[in-house]
Formats: sequence, structure tokens, C-alpha cells
Amino acid sequence: MKFLVVCRRELRSYFTSYVAYVLLAIFLLLSGYFFYSDLVFFLLLSGYVLPTGLWQYIFLDMRLCALIVLPLLTMRQFAEEKKLGTIELLWTYPIRDGEIVAGKFLAAWIFYLLMIALTAVNPILFYAYHPFDIAPLLSAYLGMILLGTAFIACGLFISSLTENQVLAAMGTYGVLIFFWFVTWNEEAGNKWVIGALLKLSLFDRFFNFSRGVIDTKDIFFFALFTLLFLFLTLQALNARKWRGVS
Amino acid sequence: MIEANQLTKRFGSFTAIRDVSFTVQPGEIVGFLGPNGAGKSTTMRILSGVFPPSSGRAVVAGHDVVAEPLAARRQVGYFPERVAIYFDLTVREYLDYVAQMKELTGAARRSAIGAALESAGVTHVAHRLIGTLSKGYRQRVGIAQALLGMPRVLILDEPTSGLDPEQVAEIRELITSFRGRSTVILSTHILPEVEATCDRVIIINKGEVLAVDTPQNLNYRLRQSSEIFLDVVGPAETVMAKLRGLEGVLEVSQPPRTGSPNHIVVRTDPERDLRAVLAATITRSGWDLRELRPVRLTLEDIFLTVISETDSRRIAGETTAEPR
Repeated sequence: MKFLVVCRRELRSYFTSYVAYVLLAIFLLLSGYFFYSDLVFFLLLSGYVLPTGLWQYIFLDMRLCALIVLPLLTMRQFAEEKKLGTIELLWTYPIRDGEIVAGKFLAAWIFYLLMIALTAVNPILFYAYHPFDIAPLLSAYLGMILLGTAFIACGLFISSLTENQVLAAMGTYGVLIFFWFVTWNEEAGNKWVIGALLKLSLFDRFFNFSRGVIDTKDIFFFALFTLLFLFLTLQALNARKWRGVS
Repeated sequence: MIEANQLTKRFGSFTAIRDVSFTVQPGEIVGFLGPNGAGKSTTMRILSGVFPPSSGRAVVAGHDVVAEPLAARRQVGYFPERVAIYFDLTVREYLDYVAQMKELTGAARRSAIGAALESAGVTHVAHRLIGTLSKGYRQRVGIAQALLGMPRVLILDEPTSGLDPEQVAEIRELITSFRGRSTVILSTHILPEVEATCDRVIIINKGEVLAVDTPQNLNYRLRQSSEIFLDVVGPAETVMAKLRGLEGVLEVSQPPRTGSPNHIVVRTDPERDLRAVLAATITRSGWDLRELRPVRLTLEDIFLTVISETDSRRIAGETTAEPR
């Protein structure tokens, strides 16, 4: 259970360093703004069926909020410990590398859930004026959680590669944006190549959830993406065995 | 209590330590003496579980650090060379975190934290954020962290570096107070530190153990090369010729690189103290004696002495001794 000790310390330092407040403010401001503007846009056009159409607009914008904020949350997780040298002490305590990774991942994940949960205030207010079917909304939220989980795992891994937090954030943006743009260049390859790339795109997978479609294949993909990066993080920590400690 | 058997650690093509072997008895305080880059930290990191050796075996309190890493780490308190603690916690919060890491619970945790705060002398700053403390206090918090839970083995990597003399004395006193209770390995590149605190000294240079001895024996071996530094205003050649004629003087030379013709180094018979004789000779000849002091041996000199006793061929031409 020592990963909980790591997790608690991690969460605490989010808040004592004000990182938590700043990121929370940015995330809530952006997602609140998108909610409002998408709602206005939707009502003006009044085109789609409300339960699915509106959420699709809103959540395709919300994923951008997650894309902007999460790398800033995860960039410090290992980079800071490496910079300060605190990671070295961690390795002399009776704790497995897996527990360290699990604790840090869980901390970021809990904080992300908090951010997501707070955005629920928008649809709740909306529901008070105009009740709607909540199942598609829950599907979109599930998608947001899975997408964010994948972002966090990726960010954690990049953070374990460097002691420079800025580099960690930039690297995470790079990888995540690659997984977004990967399907944009439809003329670049043949049908087969694009088909393969489509399967890799985090954002195309997310599109289904935002439409209210929950496909187990998509859930499986996000889980695989997350586990792969957590595994890579463990390997990166293991590198001290042949690279040493700075 | 600690057994290092032919430890070798390679990082890529660089070999940090090679065939390092030694044992430490329970309750002993052992000093690791060597210049920067000698392999002290690497050895200590292996013993405390930061990374495994490339080859060889290390056993700490009966547990192999590779086969049973967690069991071995439970017995060890480690103080890293780079004092690394979370700045955004208070001292008490930090120690509470460390105590949880070390699997202390309930009343045992509270009393262990109290004892560690007390021993390291940081009780009165327990409520302060670590980031606001001075370097000396951070160092002590680092020591408190290592002491927490009274581990059977303490591995302290340069525990006194960067402290002022008073703080150094306090830390040394603290370390000596562990004698008989915990087994301690501490590293340093300062010779007097070893003399002040350690039962035995392991001399390490360029990744290899050169000698394991008591400070007393080491001191005796070092006296074989006693030298006296002089600053004399007078005709250098004449002064040197005069000094060479004295009984007990083995060699008179001018140290390279000092730039002053007045500087002279006299190597004397280690069994005799010639300081008074030298002073009298110089002043009686009408020259001004501006300075007279025994040359303090530097680590390099020690290595030269030790190495030349153990294996002079191996290092020939690699190091040079210079009086400082």
C-alpha cells in the first residue's frame, strides 16, 4: 500500500506549490467558456438532436482543454524529483519502482477526476432548465476520463526521461499531438496506411464516446495505450541500473 | 554487518568501481576516504539499494542487495551526497512521509519522528517549510531522515560537506554517538574527519580500494614523509645549502609552482622534530624567517604513500605529489 504514501505526497505538493489551483482555474475557465459558446452556437443553428449533437461539440472542445492542461500537470512528476535528487532517496526506501509509478499515476489521475467532476456543474445547470437524456453525456464523460488517463500515462513517461520540466511538457505535447494529427494527412498514404493510422489515433477513438457510442474496442485501446506508457515509465526508471544517477 | 565482495560497477564503457571488497563489523564506524570521483558514492549507492552492482555481491544486515532489495533497504538509513528533500513540506510532514515509507505506524512512528528530530537538532524548526531553511538545517533534516527508525546500518555520503565548523563538530559528535548502536559507513575527502570519528578507514581511489586500516596506523604510515615548509628571505641557494648540512635533514628543495624563490621545503627524519633547529639556524645566519610550518598532507600525498607501499608499479607516472 506504499503507493498511497507516494500518491498523498504528490497530491499535497500539487496544492502547496499552487500548480493545482492554476491548472484547475485554466481548465475550468476554458471548459466553461466552451460549454457556453458551444451551447449558444448549437441553439443558433439548432441543427442536431440535442442529446448527442450538443455533447459532441462540447466534448470535442473539452478534449483540447485536457490536452493543454494535463502535460502541465504531469511534467513535474519525475522531472522534478530527478532535478532535486529526491528520487535517489526514494530508491533507498523499501518501495518497489512499480509502487512509485502507481502512486504518481494515481495522484495525477485523482486530480484529473476532480477537474472533470467540477465541469459537471455546467450540464447540471443546463439540466435544471432543460432536462435531457443523461446516458450520452455519461458516455462522453467516460471518454474524457479514458482520454485523460492515456494523456497522464504518456506525460508520466516523458517526465521520467528528463530532469527538465519544460522539456517534459513539450515532449508530451509532441507525442499527444502526433497521436491527434496522425490521421489528418489522408493523401499521404494508401487506404491501408490510413486505416492503420486511424486505429492509432487517440482523438478519433474519443469521437465515438462524444457521440454517445461506447465501443469496447475503444476502451481496450485506451487501456492498452495507458499500460504501454506505464510500462515504458518503469523501464525508464530501470535505466539507472546502467546509466547511473546524476 | 556489511559485506562487499568484489563489487564492480560499469556505466557504459566507464568503470566507476572495480573489485571493491571489504567488510564492516556490527557497531563499527568506517570511513570511506577518497577524492571526488573515486567511487565512494557509487559504492554507497550500491549498498543502499539505489542501483545494483554490475558484478560482485553486497550483503547488508544479512540481506543481499540484489536478491532481497526491499529487505536490505529496510535495514539502511541513507544520506545522499546531494541533500535532496522536498521543499514544499514542513520538516515534520517530511519526516512523517519518510516514516510511512519506512513502514513505521502509530505510536512507533510518532516516537521515531520525535527521536529523529531530537538527534538531528531540528525539533525547533519542525513546523517550518523545508524550502525556507538554511543549508545547514536542510542537511540536518537529511540526517534526521536517515536516522529515522534507528536503522541498523547508516550510510552517510559526505554528511559534513558544506557545513560551517561548528555544525561539522555537531554532526561528528552525533555520528560518534551511534558507535556500538548502529553500523556506520561515512564518506569524506577530509582526512581529519576520519581521524575524528572512524574506527577504520577504507581508502579508495579511481574505483579501487587501496588500503583498509585504522586511523592510527594510517597516521603512522603518513609520518614517514614529514616535511616542513619554510619562507625565508635570503639567498636561496646559500640557505638551502646551509639547511642540507643539518643533521636529520634528508632533502631540501624548492616547491614547484609557488613562484617565490623564498619558499623551501625540507624533508626530515620522521623520528625527529627539527622545527626549532631550523628556525634557530636561519635566524642565527641573519636571514628573515617569515613562515615555518609542517606540510599538511593532502589526500594525494596519502594516496602516493599508501600506493607506493602496496603497489608502486601500477600507478607509476599517473600521480604526482606536490607540497601545498
